[in-house]
Amino acid sequence: MALRHLGRMAMKKCWAPRLLASSQRAFHPSLARFDQEVSVTFELSDGRKQTTQAKIGQNLLDIVVDNEIDIDGFGACEGTLACSTCHLIFKQADFDRIQDEVTDEELDMLDLAYDLTDTSRLGCQVCMTKELDGISVKVPESINDQR
Amino acid sequence: MFRPCLRPSFSWASFRRYTSTEGPAPRVCVVGSGPAGFYTAQHLLNHGPPQLRVDLLERLPVPFGLVRFGVAPDHPEVKNVDHTFTKIAKNPRVQFYGNLHVGVDVKVRELRQLYDIVILSYGAAQDRKLGVPGEELSNVISARSFVGFYNGLPEDAALAMNLDVEDAAVIGIGNVALDVARVLLTPIDTLRQTDITDAALAQLSQSRIKRVFVIGRRGPLQVSFTIKELREMVNLEGCSAVFNPDDFRPFQSVAPLLKRPRKRLTELMLKTALTPPTEKQLKLWGPAPPKSWELRLLRSPLAILGSDSSVSGVQLGVNRLDGPNLTEDQAVVSTGEVETLECGLVLKSIGYKSVKVEEGIPFDEQRGVIPNVNGKVPDEPGLYCSGWLATGPKGVIVDTMNESYRVGAQILEDLKLDHISVQANRTEELRTLLDQRQVKVVNFVDWEKIDETEKLWGASKGKPREKITEVQSLISVVKKP
Repeated sequence: MALRHLGRMAMKKCWAPRLLASSQRAFHPSLARFDQEVSVTFELSDGRKQTTQAKIGQNLLDIVVDNEIDIDGFGACEGTLACSTCHLIFKQADFDRIQDEVTDEELDMLDLAYDLTDTSRLGCQVCMTKELDGISVKVPESINDQR
Repeated sequence: MFRPCLRPSFSWASFRRYTSTEGPAPRVCVVGSGPAGFYTAQHLLNHGPPQLRVDLLERLPVPFGLVRFGVAPDHPEVKNVDHTFTKIAKNPRVQFYGNLHVGVDVKVRELRQLYDIVILSYGAAQDRKLGVPGEELSNVISARSFVGFYNGLPEDAALAMNLDVEDAAVIGIGNVALDVARVLLTPIDTLRQTDITDAALAQLSQSRIKRVFVIGRRGPLQVSFTIKELREMVNLEGCSAVFNPDDFRPFQSVAPLLKRPRKRLTELMLKTALTPPTEKQLKLWGPAPPKSWELRLLRSPLAILGSDSSVSGVQLGVNRLDGPNLTEDQAVVSTGEVETLECGLVLKSIGYKSVKVEEGIPFDEQRGVIPNVNGKVPDEPGLYCSGWLATGPKGVIVDTMNESYRVGAQILEDLKLDHISVQANRTEELRTLLDQRQVKVVNFVDWEKIDETEKLWGASKGKPREKITEVQSLISVVKKP
């Protein structure tokens, strides 16, 4: 039982049902009250910054996918806590404001991430809240770090 | 998430250089369609010249390599990565050639003539040997074969093993060792809902295995498995984790000083060995767990005992760590002490190695890899390797992803510096050669038919998929005999 459901349990539901098809995921009629926009900036590994609007309740992996922010290999397991490819690095103050508590399973995956820091989280496990409006998160370098 | 051009992470200067339509289109051949092959191709397609084309060659009629044949059936989430690979394969600049055995149907040296760039990423398909007496006894099985068997790898479809025994030893302390141990210990009804093959289910449903010993030569700070796999093993339904506290106690003092991830991994082993089970564990294990497992470290197999018909045990030499300070890179030395572990099944899981594809292609027999610098094969302009064939068999998919991107970056760098000569106006095509040789190539559309067939077959049994495990049967789904 436990094994079979692990993947599904791991999916971060936030307030928006993560199991909806990708096109529906961003917004769900029953979630009208969460249809409040916040902004988030992704600092890509080449130094460029990309700012996008997101809905409260959306997790950062979905925001990357839905806004077609092009990061090679990002979210390989599609938010099921089976890889570390949606690793993001937060500023300490933002990190402290994240509502979603980190689980052992998330830490287990982060342990395999490159450039792990004390303020690292998996994007699939962090949902946007009002408090996180305007945050800027760093996408770690994966290719050139060891060259 | 494939987008062929206008990649934001691309500088405009180099972008213009690449988008120049004046240069001939580099033609790339990738040998092997596992994660390394796909991720290397992805980097070239996303960041290389827009006219670059990739042919992806695969020995089997089905793609995805170890994602299909290595990842454990109870880890379906890990296999989600095949969605990314499917998008890459469906890129109009990519052609998939399945059921094409490089080295047999076509030689690498022929591919070198047909393509500007050849990337070997066919992985590691052989086992390392223990090199101890008794290794040839029946029921001494390579973990790689067992994994192949339960994942439907054609060459392992007929694996003969006897699970009518109570104790099993798994030799090795990597993730494959924990995967095979977990499959042996997981309740059969849980496995029934995965894409494990029916043949494996039939075997496992007859299993009497009650105890599994996972044996490693090295110490707790030197295990190779990752924490996710260990955490699963200590939270198995109906199976307790019983470690010998004395084996782990000495490491209590050093654990807090270690760096993550080693720290968390060691702490989980210590917690399992030294503290009573948690409430969650007690609930999962049940009041009288029918099965158990033990991590027994600092033991080297000296011989496998038994008669010609069956294994009766493993003779283990007891090791200790050399020197006063417990560290990750401490040497292991023998104490001279010997103990016998009784068991009726031995699974060897001490690593994979690659095989040479054909004579004349550089290969390091000792390490079982192609010698390379960042994937570039020295003195062979245009020849590269990626994945386990380049790095040796280590790491999880994310490691192979990063390594493969790095190889892709190296290739683009070499293209830019004209280290690779791109031939204009090639007239000879791989396809023509294969037609002449009457090779029955399985293309990606064919694979999607096979995929659909397997999913339908699986759905009738409440499984996500039932894999077709014979090469001929796979081909017959899409090709008339």
